[in-house]
Amino acid sequence: MALLEVKDLGIVFGGLQAVSKLNLTIEKGRLYGLIGPNGAGKTTVFNMLTGVYRPTEGSIVLDGENITGQRPAHICQKGIARTFQNIRLFQDLTVLDNVKVGLHNQVRYNMWSGILRLPAYRAGERRMNERAMELLRIFDLDGEAALKASSLPYGKQRKLEIARALATSPKLLLLDEPAAGMNPNETAELMNTIKAVRERFGIAILLIEHDMSFVMGICEQITVLDYGRVIAAGTGEEIRQNPKVIAAYLGGD
Amino acid sequence: MQFLSYLVNGVSLGSIYAVIALGYTMVYGIARMLNFAHGDIIMVGGYVAFIVMTDLGLPALAAILAAMLACTLLGILIERLAYRPLRAAPSLAVLITAIGVSYLLQNLALLIWGSAPRSFTSVVTLKPLRFFDGQLVITGEAVVSILVSAVIMVVLNLFVNKTKMGHAMQAVSEDRGAAQLMGINVNATITLTFAIGSGLAAVAGVLLCSAYPSLQPTTGAMPGIKAFTAAVFGGIGSIPGAMVGGVLLGIIEILGKAYISTQLADAIVFAVLIVVLLVRPTGLLGKKTNEKV
Repeated sequence: MALLEVKDLGIVFGGLQAVSKLNLTIEKGRLYGLIGPNGAGKTTVFNMLTGVYRPTEGSIVLDGENITGQRPAHICQKGIARTFQNIRLFQDLTVLDNVKVGLHNQVRYNMWSGILRLPAYRAGERRMNERAMELLRIFDLDGEAALKASSLPYGKQRKLEIARALATSPKLLLLDEPAAGMNPNETAELMNTIKAVRERFGIAILLIEHDMSFVMGICEQITVLDYGRVIAAGTGEEIRQNPKVIAAYLGGD
Repeated sequence: MQFLSYLVNGVSLGSIYAVIALGYTMVYGIARMLNFAHGDIIMVGGYVAFIVMTDLGLPALAAILAAMLACTLLGILIERLAYRPLRAAPSLAVLITAIGVSYLLQNLALLIWGSAPRSFTSVVTLKPLRFFDGQLVITGEAVVSILVSAVIMVVLNLFVNKTKMGHAMQAVSEDRGAAQLMGINVNATITLTFAIGSGLAAVAGVLLCSAYPSLQPTTGAMPGIKAFTAAVFGGIGSIPGAMVGGVLLGIIEILGKAYISTQLADAIVFAVLIVVLLVRPTGLLGKKTNEKV
């Protein structure tokens, strides 16, 4: 059974059909790309998968459970985590605390042990600190754990967003333009990080990206969206030679 | 010596304002709304404590706990019924609703308990402290108010900065959408904020009625406005700001009453607020917000 099964997904904003008849199957532990020209509806798809938008048609089934139209916090707990196109870290919290917010549902202790600082609180916070530091180490951010998130350089903020998303222990990680604004060196490093994350956590990853060499170099399966519709799907090689894709990107009839 | 005694009184009144201001500032910081009914929750706390102590004859501690429980539940109920349905509404609608809830509470109290002021028995049994051969007298109420407020501030600060619920509150305050996508239940977090703020309002109500023992349905209104002023003064949304703002406001009020004019004391308080906001529009400890263009 596939990890994620998206069937005939669509959404209408007022009179605008932003996405229609989207079908997507994601298997455990694989890397997928979602590409398309600007305004094709890629981020809208992410917003539907994570519950920010309620789809007007179709269904999203995660691990056999229908999660269509559920609230974002609930979907996150079910195992879909994401990053954002424009970084949305908690700027005033420290790097460590950002990751700990992601761990919110992983470690439990109640309010009274928090107020009275009971052993359950101490044990819970210690576990959270350990796990958060472990994640930060993977992204080489452990040295900056005590800094405010806003003081990190851009490339590290992007990495921190991935670390925070991984803290929610997702089965599927959605990355919205992870390489945006990065230089070629940083992009190459990010590719290695994403591959390492997939190996280490065994999760499936779906990413939106405009950098074609990045997408082609990393994704095993690519879906191309144009005007809210899937115009092609397949491996990098198939996509590269698909006339519809070339037309969508370069114009044509 | 006279000055010292005014100062102590000011700090004592100010620390009560600070506890009330914490409720305003936390709710504003996390739910982005001004809960103008907060002052009236203080009054409800006062009445509950009064009933438990005077009518039922139970000890003061029972009265305080009953008041906290009642106010916490009232705060959660108000949030649930009046504010949650307006979560996506324009802030003006929420503001007007809050004012409506405030009048509702005052008038319900008027219906239930009548308009005649009740004289509140102080919960403090501590004898006044005398220094310098009795030249400086500090009332037990002042000592308890200052101590209780100090403990509340320390515990609250630790709770907000060192626990996962506190981190969730800060996350919701900064970016509600992103917090939700990290699996945080925003409604539960806002409910928790209201519960804590209202529970603290009960404590403030009992302290206030112990120091100024006249209880009537409008008892909470003026301290509510003053505490709101204190929260803005210190920088609304900032917890240390509410503490600093509250204490300073209390000192200004008492010193103003003592040295300038009893009638003008409130006017002086608000004049100081206007001056501070002219110089520092975000309050003393408030964060600068960069306007996005």
